[in-house]
Amino acid sequence: MFSKFIKKDSIFIKNKILIPIILLPVWLILYIYLEPIVNGMVYNTFGMNKISQITETIRFFIYEVPKVLMLLTLIVFVVGIIRSYFSPEKTRKALEGKPLFVGNIMASSLGIVTPFCSCSAIPLFLGFVEAGIPLGVTFSFLIAAPMINEVAIVLLFGLFGWKTALIYVSTGLFIAIFSGWVIGKLKLEKWVEPWVYEIKAGNLTMEEEKLNLNHRIDAGFTAVREIVSKVWIYIIIGIAIGAGAHGYVPAEFMASFMGKDVWYSVPLAVLLGVPMYSNAAGIIPIVQVLLEKGASLGTSLAFMMAVIGLSLPETIILKKVLKYPLIFTFVGIVATGIMIVGFLFNLIF
Amino acid sequence: MDILILGPGCMNCVTLEKRARTAVRELNINAEIFKISDYAKIAEYGVMKTPAMVIDEKVIFYGKVPSVDELKEYITKGVN
Repeated sequence: MFSKFIKKDSIFIKNKILIPIILLPVWLILYIYLEPIVNGMVYNTFGMNKISQITETIRFFIYEVPKVLMLLTLIVFVVGIIRSYFSPEKTRKALEGKPLFVGNIMASSLGIVTPFCSCSAIPLFLGFVEAGIPLGVTFSFLIAAPMINEVAIVLLFGLFGWKTALIYVSTGLFIAIFSGWVIGKLKLEKWVEPWVYEIKAGNLTMEEEKLNLNHRIDAGFTAVREIVSKVWIYIIIGIAIGAGAHGYVPAEFMASFMGKDVWYSVPLAVLLGVPMYSNAAGIIPIVQVLLEKGASLGTSLAFMMAVIGLSLPETIILKKVLKYPLIFTFVGIVATGIMIVGFLFNLIF
Repeated sequence: MDILILGPGCMNCVTLEKRARTAVRELNINAEIFKISDYAKIAEYGVMKTPAMVIDEKVIFYGKVPSVDELKEYITKGVN
């Protein structure tokens, strides 16, 4: 039975790597020529007036949607392949016996690449805690995994450039390391539901599946199918809002309450962001509008991170394993971390 | 044969349970499917990424939602 599996796969091994190799140049050419194509379409084919506001709005939309979707497809594919090299088991093994600070750094970094979905947060939490991984290190992982999101990286890179994407990843890492470390120092194990320590977690009885390059490329395509089919609509709506605001909202509209000189703008952005539940795909085009219309980088970053990284539904899921004081402490510390980042960026830029 | 679907109840787990039922019906084998959403129970199997499938107390796979055809292969493999 099993040999049949292997045989069936080996026929395709040579083939599947060819798919991305053939598609990549096509992707590149399309990406490079996208702007001239769109411009030609809008100005020549449609014959629209170059300086009118409505032309700019339409051009912005027609250009940004395929650009962002193309970037998204490529990055999600690559991340899907990278993630196939990681698993919760390997991450747990790497974290076992690591001291607090080093553990926090490792857990946060692994949080970016380990495949994770919020519905697995509890099984993962149990698995980590049962293996003796400190609470603070576990939290670093649980904070980094949703906060540093590949879709967000793509959108920031596509809409603002690589510097902003890098700022996002490094500040996200900082918050995850910082918050986990503080939670570890506070020794809050007493606020974990007692049953967590009473269950007897077993070891996985199955061996980890051996993956060949073929499987990994499949994993990349699966990730594209799952993620792009879920977020494309948010991206289009977000860019449509962005395009509308791009042409019609006055440039300094946001400056009065989200500008860098308004000291309360950062805590306000976090306060507004936490109960809001949206995925990265929906929130970033909105952030783009905020920035363009005079909101400061620190405030916008804080708002975005509060929306993506701290969400009410996920926090409620954690109630199953954590008592309220720990949940409040967790939200409080992460919110503080986000605010530090916000203030810092408002100060620097 | 007992087939367990481990998962707290998110979309993926529901999909997996549906597909597993279809697979069992199409294979025409004598198997009962149980849904396990108790976290402590899931942890006992050592599963950290849901949904997972357990056949006769052995974890067959975890952290993915295979197609009905793939599930048939997993189930027939799990029987032997």
